[in-house]
Amino acid sequence: MVDEAVNCERVWHEVSNYLEGEVDATLRTAMDEHLKTCSRCRSVLDGMRNVVELYGDERMIEVPAGFGRRLEKRLAQSARVSSKRWSSWSAWLVPVAALLLIAGGLRVAQSWRVNPQRSEHAQPPKGIPPDLTVVVAADTKLFHAPGCDLIHNAQNLRTLTAKQALEEGFTPCPRCLRKYLETSKLEKWPHSEDEFQESAEYVDDLKHGR
Amino acid sequence: MAEANAVLHNPEAGKTREQDLIARVQRGQNELFYELVKPYERRVYAAALAILRNESDAEDVAQEAMLKAFANIRQFRAESRFSTWLIQITVNEALMRRRRERTVTMEPIDDRGEEQADYAPREFADWREIPSEALERKEVRQKLAAALASLDRKYREVFVLRDVEHLNIQETAEALGISVASVKTRLLRARLMLRDLLAGGWERGWFSRLPFEKGAKPW
Repeated sequence: MVDEAVNCERVWHEVSNYLEGEVDATLRTAMDEHLKTCSRCRSVLDGMRNVVELYGDERMIEVPAGFGRRLEKRLAQSARVSSKRWSSWSAWLVPVAALLLIAGGLRVAQSWRVNPQRSEHAQPPKGIPPDLTVVVAADTKLFHAPGCDLIHNAQNLRTLTAKQALEEGFTPCPRCLRKYLETSKLEKWPHSEDEFQESAEYVDDLKHGR
Repeated sequence: MAEANAVLHNPEAGKTREQDLIARVQRGQNELFYELVKPYERRVYAAALAILRNESDAEDVAQEAMLKAFANIRQFRAESRFSTWLIQITVNEALMRRRRERTVTMEPIDDRGEEQADYAPREFADWREIPSEALERKEVRQKLAAALASLDRKYREVFVLRDVEHLNIQETAEALGISVASVKTRLLRARLMLRDLLAGGWERGWFSRLPFEKGAKPW
């Protein structure tokens, strides 16, 4: 427990835990007090936030040209080998799956039964609720759950709903809204007609052994 | 078709596309596997690259990891997140590859002693606001990638799993086989070092939204 003011070294030592939300309330208050008056420590905290935000952005990941295509091909080869090895029931599933997918299987997918192996305690992930209260700071692109440690410019916040934030072009913070994020991305699939077409062609290729 | 009809009439609110794909692949619809993993292919590659530091090895291991996930998809349990499961398989494959090839790897082994927690920031440039559009610029992405690549292995791996792959601290510790305390210490140091490496760049204008704004001319 910290009963008195913290010094710079203590702040540097705890700044990463601070961003993780892993410091206790007393220390957090002491750090907040220190940060109000120490510009050096503020620059450390702000810079570290920037690091986390920049590297957490998927655009940072560059893959070699053709990476996805080669992966897809290798998986398709493996799927074919695996299908041949399996009993005949799985063989007829391929054209059935293709038909389902091509004939609007996407809608079917949303009403599909829960995986029987799921734990009864596991909650189905949800997309971001449209009326979730979120905050945005001036001059930033992300929207956050209130209290998120990655918020820049936290003195200048605006509160709105997730729906409004999305409509205004903000994107969800990958840290505080993580629990909603992957599923909400997936729910939007396919993102375009092209993507759907690509998938249908892939299944078609499989059917014809290409 | 009887099975398909039966499940069609069992509406389950909140069922996501990913869970559906997993269930279908687990039932043998192999051709849907790529669709299932496609959203994560970049992250899988990044995890392999963080450990192997060689693009062709990383691609190979990423493919191997996906094949392994495919072969073991029936063992996946919905209690964990699918993306985390995939990344953990990838980290495992990459670590095995590196152990196998350690004799030929060029990177020095930097596991001597415990990590130092007393790293102090050296750079105090004001680096408050980053326009996220900066990432649209290849030059900025290259600077960031170079800064990350310059970190010692143990810092780079923890940083990538936590801050690039978004595993939590516990998952990062499990994937790398190290303690939670080590993850926290290494993460602190990695973030401080990257901040130091990049804060100077901010002053030099790497991240400027409009480098020539306010009438200033570069010539």
